[in-house]
Amino acid sequence: MNVEALWLSLRLAICVSAILFVVGMPLAYWLAYSRWRWKFLLEAVVALPLVLPPTVLGFYMLVALGPRGPLGRLWVSAFGHGLAFTFAGLVIASVLYSLPFAVQPLLASFETVDRKLLDASAVLGAGRLRTFSRVIAPLSMPGILTAVVLSFAHTLGEFGVVLMVGGNLSGVTRTISIDIYDRVQSLQYAEANRTALLLLVFSFAVLSLVYGLNRRAGRRLWSPWPAQ
Amino acid sequence: MVAVAGAVNSANLSARVRKELRSAGRQGFLLDLTIEAPPGITILFGPSGAGKSTLLDCIAGLQKPEEGRIAVGDYVLFDSLKRLNRISQKRGIAYVFQTLALFPHMTVQENVAYGLSNESKDERSIRVAEALEVFRVERLASQKSGEISGGERQRVALARSLVTQPRVLLLDEPLTGLDAKLKASIVDDIRAWNAAKKIPILYVTHSRDEVDALGERVIAMDHGRIVSEGTPLEVLDAPRRKRLAQAAGFENVLEATVLDLREMDGVMRLRLAASRCEIEVPLGHAVPGDLVHVAIRAGDILLATQPPQGLSARNVLEGRLTSLERRGTLVVARVDCGVTFTVHVTPGAERALELAAEKKVWLVLKTHSCHFVDG
Repeated sequence: MNVEALWLSLRLAICVSAILFVVGMPLAYWLAYSRWRWKFLLEAVVALPLVLPPTVLGFYMLVALGPRGPLGRLWVSAFGHGLAFTFAGLVIASVLYSLPFAVQPLLASFETVDRKLLDASAVLGAGRLRTFSRVIAPLSMPGILTAVVLSFAHTLGEFGVVLMVGGNLSGVTRTISIDIYDRVQSLQYAEANRTALLLLVFSFAVLSLVYGLNRRAGRRLWSPWPAQ
Repeated sequence: MVAVAGAVNSANLSARVRKELRSAGRQGFLLDLTIEAPPGITILFGPSGAGKSTLLDCIAGLQKPEEGRIAVGDYVLFDSLKRLNRISQKRGIAYVFQTLALFPHMTVQENVAYGLSNESKDERSIRVAEALEVFRVERLASQKSGEISGGERQRVALARSLVTQPRVLLLDEPLTGLDAKLKASIVDDIRAWNAAKKIPILYVTHSRDEVDALGERVIAMDHGRIVSEGTPLEVLDAPRRKRLAQAAGFENVLEATVLDLREMDGVMRLRLAASRCEIEVPLGHAVPGDLVHVAIRAGDILLATQPPQGLSARNVLEGRLTSLERRGTLVVARVDCGVTFTVHVTPGAERALELAAEKKVWLVLKTHSCHFVDG
C-alpha cells in the first residue's frame, strides 16, 4: 500500500474538514436564519458540487487557481508561486467540492431548532453568539458531527477534482484514490484492491455512523439531495 | 442584566401599537390599539387570531410595529417617531410562551440561570435558588427540563423569566392544558411573587374560565382592536360590542331604540332601527330612548310560511324572503322585515316549506335568544 498517498489523503481530509467546520457554520447559520429574498441563489451555489461532474468543477478551479486566474494571481503575489498542482490548491478545490456535505447537515439541524427557543434566549438577554453557542449548537450536535464526518469522508474519496487541479505528483498531490487509479493503469490489481478495500470499509463505517446518528436524532440530517 | 436590576417598581406598561398582520391564506388586518397596564394582572382576552400574541411579541421586541410607542414608566422600549427600537435583550421583559420554550438540553437549574449570565457566580446561585424556591421546583434543580411534568414545566418557565427581575411579565396562554386546581395554585404563586415586585403582568388567554378565575382587569380584543375593557363581569356578561358579538357567532347585530322597560317581567321593548318592528329582549342597563344593539344568532330564529299561533315566543315578525344561499348542509336565508335578518335553515326545511325568494314569511324570536348589546 502507498503509505505516502494515504498520509497525504488523511492530511488533506483533516485540513478540509477543519476549514469546512469553520466556514460551514456561519454559512449554514446564515442560510437557516436570513430572510434575504435572493437566498435561494446561494443555496443553489452551495449545492452545485452535488450535481456538477468533478471535471467541470475541477476545470474552473484550475482556471481560477492558475497563474492567470484571479485567485492564482493573488496567491502568486503573496507567496511567490502558483496554486495549481500544489497541496494548498488541492485544499481550496476540495473545500468547495465538499461544501454541500458540510453545509446541508448543519442547515438541516439548525432549521429544526424550535424558533421559540431562540426568542426565549433573546428575551433572556442573550446575544446571537451566546444563543448560538448555548442553544443552537448543543441542540444541533448530531448535525455538526454528521457534517464533520461527511466532509472528511467525501474529501478522502474524491478523485476527479483532485486530478484536474492537483495532477499526480507523488507526495504532493497523489492522493489515495489517484494511487488506486495508477495501480490499475499499471495492472497492479492486488495492490489496488488492498487500498480500495480500505476505502470501502472506511466509507461504509462512516455512513453507518451518519445513519446511526440520524436515527438517534429522530430525523434525517443528511440525504444526497439539497435540503427542501 | 444590569439595566434591568434597577427597574422601577410600580411603573405602568403603556403601549400604542399599529401593525399590519398577515397570515398565509387569510385576509390581513390591522393591529391597532392602545393599552395601559398598571402593576398587577391585566388579562388580554379574545379569540385566537385576534392579535394578542403579536401584541406581546411587539412589547418583547420580537416583532416590530409599523408605528407606535411602548414604554414602561419612563423607560421607552419603542418609539416610531424617535426611531427608537430597543433590542429584546435590553428591554427587561419576561416572556413565558405558550410552548414554554424551556431549553431541553439543560437542567432546570441551568434553564433558570440562563438569563443571569452577567451576574457574579455567587449572585447567580443565590437568585436561582430563590426563584426555584418561590415556584416550588427546588427538588427538580438537576433534572433535564424534558423530564419534568406539566405544571412543573410552567413553574420552571416562570422561575426562569422572573429571576431576571423584569420590568414587565408577559404570559401567553401559559397554563393551557393544566387542570383548574393546578392553574389556581400557579396563579397564586404568581400573585404572591408580584405582591412584592408590583410589575404589570399581561396575561393572554382565550378561555373564559381563566378570565373568571384571574379576576382583576380584562381587555377584550378582537381583530386587532380593543372591543371592551373592565372587570371580568363587565366584559363577559353579554357581548357588549358589535365586533365581539359578531366574533362570538352572532350573525345578526341590529341597531335598536329602547322603547320601554318592563322590570316586573324582566324584559324591555326595542324598536329595530329604520323599521316598525318591535321586539322584546331581556332587561339590560338602558333607559327609554337609548340607542343600543341587539345580537341574534341566525340559528336561533324560526321561520314560518304561515302566521304562527299559540307560541310561547314573544316576537313574531312579518317579512319577505329576499335570497336563499346553500352553504354545504346549511341554507342561509335573508329576510327583509324592514331590517334584514340572516336566518339559518336546513335543506330539508327549505324543501318542505317550498322556500323561494319573494315568498312571504314570519320570523319567530325567543326573548332570550335576543342578546342586548349596549353602545
